[in-house]
Amino acid sequence: MSNRIHPLLILMTIVVYIFLLGPLIIIFGASVSDTTFLAFPPQGLTLHWYENIWEVSAFRRTIVTSLQVALLGTAIALLIGIPAAYALNRHRIQLPGWLSTLFILPILVPEIVIGFSLLRSVNVGLGIPVFYTLLIGHSLLVTPYVVRVVSASLASFDFSIEEAAISLGSHPVKTFFTIVLPNVRSGVIAAFILAFITSINDVSVSLFLTGPGISTLPIQILAHVEQFFDPTIASVSVLLMGLTITVMIIVERTLGLTIVAK
Amino acid sequence: MKRLAGWMLSSPATLAVSLFLIIPVAATISATFTSPEGIFAPYNEFFSSGFQRAVLWRTFEVAAITTVISLVFGLLTAYVVSRCSPWMKSILIILAVFPLLTGVVVRSFAWLIILGRNGILNNSLEWLGVIERPMALLYTQTSVVVAMVYIFVPLMVLVLVGVLENIPDDLIDAASSLGASPTKTFIQIVLPLAVPGLIVGAVLVFTASFTSYATPHLLGGTRQMMMGTFLHQRAMVSFDWVSASTVAAIMVVVIVATVLVMTRIARRLNPMAS
Repeated sequence: MSNRIHPLLILMTIVVYIFLLGPLIIIFGASVSDTTFLAFPPQGLTLHWYENIWEVSAFRRTIVTSLQVALLGTAIALLIGIPAAYALNRHRIQLPGWLSTLFILPILVPEIVIGFSLLRSVNVGLGIPVFYTLLIGHSLLVTPYVVRVVSASLASFDFSIEEAAISLGSHPVKTFFTIVLPNVRSGVIAAFILAFITSINDVSVSLFLTGPGISTLPIQILAHVEQFFDPTIASVSVLLMGLTITVMIIVERTLGLTIVAK
Repeated sequence: MKRLAGWMLSSPATLAVSLFLIIPVAATISATFTSPEGIFAPYNEFFSSGFQRAVLWRTFEVAAITTVISLVFGLLTAYVVSRCSPWMKSILIILAVFPLLTGVVVRSFAWLIILGRNGILNNSLEWLGVIERPMALLYTQTSVVVAMVYIFVPLMVLVLVGVLENIPDDLIDAASSLGASPTKTFIQIVLPLAVPGLIVGAVLVFTASFTSYATPHLLGGTRQMMMGTFLHQRAMVSFDWVSASTVAAIMVVVIVATVLVMTRIARRLNPMAS
């Protein structure tokens, strides 16, 4: 640290970081407590609450649904988002300026309004089953991340390489997959991860799109807290944090974490 | 052919956003104007109810307080982080990214353990003899604000580190070598250059806290109803979809107005532009 920074500022920074990380450590402590209620510091150690996640069928079911929706939703967002990002960069002149604003709409419009509107118009209005409406909602929600991150990657791609390949007789579609896509690989991976995490943690869209036997993990956590105040919630939370840490390590190994910070 | 290619490639995403976002949200908003009692009847009903006005006002208040507190702590923390050695800086950034990637439900839930009747705070205060009986800390406006600040400070830190990093060290060295105190350097050099970032951060935090659901639900309950929890209650408990749509429409108007006004202000205040 340089001498330009006042010691009080450094102290405050330390306090802010304790404030940021302390609660997460508390969740971990509460998840191994040998009590039937949430307690910290833990009284006696047990892994019972982790086993309990698999014994409560609602958790088992919603974890599967959450993973399905996150993986499929992200895949759909990549399928529609990558071509859109490519078009925005490659064919910028031919496309109107409002198009890029359109792709930002899912993060501009309040998520909870999107969730409610999907329930009204798509689930009830069009009669599309809850699971598919949930999938539509999640794909929509993460598309802006895909378009933005892949666009940022494409912005530093030299399109003359692509033109060279095409003028040498390579088919445009083949060129896209063999020349363009490998060059923006890191952007696509970052987009996938950001989209997946956003989808797994989403509350406001999934909130309205639950049906008989269908719900996502965060919604199930909210429902469980209202009835039982036991450490199972803490162990599920640790599970989710573990997933986040795993993803962060993968990103760090492959791309460096600064990509997420942007 | 080339002209068509751009349209064709962007059409699946365009179609998805139009079909599943623009049309449904427009339908929700237009449903509030087709009431048999008159075109603005749902809005009259909303604003004539003291309870509903209180919900709207509380949402403004919580979002504004959260934004201001997050700005202060976010800016000071980001300033320290941006002046750290590269090694320390990347560690501090990773430590801020981690809570950000952890879900809102998990992070709000942590405060239930801390602020509950048998929570950590009550237990330790009792053990220290400061209080005799556990205090009711949950389901108050303070508990909602504390958890919201907790949720949004990492976002603010990351946005502002990005901006403060771009302020050259030489500028700060120049100011201090010319005799400016660290405080004066911060206020006269760093702060004005950070304004665009502060506005971006403020917009992000204000809009996200104004429309949040999980945090007010867990820490505010029905006693500290905010627009998000109120919308859900109207739609899924009372099954009054016109009333829920009215809440949704008011939220959209507030968010769009905030974004438009703040981008206008940002353009005017940007020191780089003049």
